[in-house]
Amino acid sequence: MDALLLHRIHFAFTITYHYLFPQLTMGLALLIVILKTIAIRTNNERYNEAARFWARIFAINFLVGVVTGIPMEFQFGTNWSRFAQVTGGVIGQPLAMEGVFSFFLESAFLGLFLFGERRLSKWQHWGAAFMVFLGSWISGFFIIVTNAWMQHPVAYRVMPNGGFELTSFWGLLTNPWALIQYSHNMSGAVITASFVMCAVGAFYVLENRFPEHGRIFLRIGVIAGVISCVTQIFPTGDLHGRYMAKHQPAATAAMEGLFTSTKGAPIVLMGQPDEQNKRIDNPLAVNKVLSFLIYGTTTAEVAGLDQFPPDQWPSPLPLLFYAYHIMAGLGTYFAALMALAAFLLWRGKLYTTHWILWPLMLSFPLPYIANTAGWMTAEIGRQPWVVYGLLRTSSGYSKYVSAGNTLFTLMGFMGLYTVLSILFLILVYRIVHRGPVAGPAEASPQSAFTS
Amino acid sequence: MGSIWFWFVAAMLGAYVVLDGFDLGVGILHPWLGRSENDKQLLLRTIGPVWDGNEVWLIAGGGTLYFAFPLLYASAFSGFYLALMIVLWLLIMRGASIELRSLMHIGVWRAFFDGLFFVSSALLAIFFGAALANVIRGVPLGADGYFFLPLWTNWLPGTSPGILDWYTVLGGLVALVALALHGALYVAVKTEGELQQRVRSVVPRLWIVLFILTGMDLFASVNVRPDILDNYKAFPVAFLVPAVVGISLVGIFFFSRKNADRNAFTCSCIYLAAMLVGAATALYPRLLPSTSNPSLDITIQKALSGPHALRVGLVWWIFGMGLAVLYFVIVYRMFRGKVSLHEGGYGH
Repeated sequence: MDALLLHRIHFAFTITYHYLFPQLTMGLALLIVILKTIAIRTNNERYNEAARFWARIFAINFLVGVVTGIPMEFQFGTNWSRFAQVTGGVIGQPLAMEGVFSFFLESAFLGLFLFGERRLSKWQHWGAAFMVFLGSWISGFFIIVTNAWMQHPVAYRVMPNGGFELTSFWGLLTNPWALIQYSHNMSGAVITASFVMCAVGAFYVLENRFPEHGRIFLRIGVIAGVISCVTQIFPTGDLHGRYMAKHQPAATAAMEGLFTSTKGAPIVLMGQPDEQNKRIDNPLAVNKVLSFLIYGTTTAEVAGLDQFPPDQWPSPLPLLFYAYHIMAGLGTYFAALMALAAFLLWRGKLYTTHWILWPLMLSFPLPYIANTAGWMTAEIGRQPWVVYGLLRTSSGYSKYVSAGNTLFTLMGFMGLYTVLSILFLILVYRIVHRGPVAGPAEASPQSAFTS
Repeated sequence: MGSIWFWFVAAMLGAYVVLDGFDLGVGILHPWLGRSENDKQLLLRTIGPVWDGNEVWLIAGGGTLYFAFPLLYASAFSGFYLALMIVLWLLIMRGASIELRSLMHIGVWRAFFDGLFFVSSALLAIFFGAALANVIRGVPLGADGYFFLPLWTNWLPGTSPGILDWYTVLGGLVALVALALHGALYVAVKTEGELQQRVRSVVPRLWIVLFILTGMDLFASVNVRPDILDNYKAFPVAFLVPAVVGISLVGIFFFSRKNADRNAFTCSCIYLAAMLVGAATALYPRLLPSTSNPSLDITIQKALSGPHALRVGLVWWIFGMGLAVLYFVIVYRMFRGKVSLHEGGYGH
């Protein structure tokens, strides 16, 4: 295997695994703030118990997110040193700001939030929860600013030594790509949290254990879910797709499987791209829809891959096509499921309708898949560039780190993360099994995360 | 501008060593201090609410390094590839061991994570010490500013050294003992009764080892890199820094004999900070020296980011550091005083 491919897999594996955790904690932080707000306003102790239960789930996810996030901060240097050297002058800024403005905030207030409920007044404790929410969303913003610059470089200048220099700090932070991508991404995080909350709620209601808490989880989960599922598609997904079609036309053509430029282009719902013969096998297509989605008219011409030299096609192209279709397909399913559930909630039938509780319980892994597929769409779509139009991925990796060394550490991460996954699943199972109401007194924990 | 960022990054890494240093030290001493389950719980409680905040200094320092000196970040992190990956794995394992051990009431579960906590803390201390020694010794930089070091070669700090050689291992041992002592003094501040007596009795033994190792390390450093004295000779006032190292070391001994734990811990903080300031003074304005040719050294000038980014950075960095210090004051005040087992935790 060549070094470039291994460095790509190295980053892909560690970032994909890492982002399984922040997508939940960012969404859950918001839902916990909502639970605590309702608890204070209604004086209903059940909501406090619900908040504490989700704080325990949050803590273990946050821990895994933190420890798997540390390697990300350093991998730009270890595995992508050429990229790091030339881009540090621009994206080093948001990455450093994330550390300074988000991580200190999160670490300080997470301790107070998880550990200080008895030392703080209820509003102070609410404030600690809010600060944790704020910290995690600020963190997400700086990461998106970093990625958005790689997708759509703005506010930079090329220095004589080939590196990039920032010319406008505000230009970097208000990159339109970043604002669209951030809203799409955070909405996706809320979807994950809503589905997980619904799943536990549906489980408790179906099992008839802690049904009162289960109904709270379902109510909050479904309301947050239906809102975030709608905003995921419109306006954020719609804007993102159109912006991408404008600025990364090759990526759009590859995502949609459009090999030849077409007026009134069809949308391919399913199929298998065949790069050699430049066609989609077994296509299931709807005429003219793609032109309409991108340009708002059914006759507009959409650029196909034939407009671009093959060395500028995203690779691996079929994976990009599948990732995008999985994301879009699941997103549609989420919206339908949540709309149905919200309707039943409004009619007061949600908690007794088993045929909706079952899919709500079983669907929680799907947002993880959809969020991952969305990120794969963004990252593979940008190929063969690591900084779009400016720096090829093949020029970005660490030349002096051999393929053998990279494979060694990749396997190390795979082994370590497998063990971490097993521990994580055991501990989350235990929290869900015990439920939201305190059992007999346990030896009290001593640390911020344990609870 | 470059010098300002040099000292900013140095200050962040210094804060990391002083703060995370004591919780690493608690891990290093854990097998000796934690005789009973109660002791072990108390030891973890001393660092529980603060360890991850302490570790943020490393992450934020790394990010700031990337931002201010991209070439150094790129060159050093890829050049020390394997060692850095091992450090990352150790950080993952250590974080997991602290947080997961008490979640199960199973003896072997807890014993396993206790062992992991010790091993990862000790190895991290050694690797951090060795890392600093690598920077002082220098690396075989190429004309493009890059290098690649295997973990070890012939264990000699020559022109083609490994990450580990006798000199860097010595640096690692200094860090191991210094952080163990630092952790011991912290535990003495945060505990009472039998556990406090036990940790106080460990202090003099660690101190004498550290005293000898510090002397050996200073001597070895001057021998391996005679040019580290250049800045000192040019500005003799800088000799105050090694003097502070000596005075703080004596201070630790003096105050710990009188059971003035808080003062002894303060001296230990000063000792660690002065050791780092001493190293930074020796390096300045170099960031990573070459083992073969001074013209290949990575200097502040060579590695510095563009001026607009650094000017803007100055504003938010100072503001952000003010906030960070504020958070630390809040958290440390909140969890001040001796730890006890009786105080309830969260949730259950």
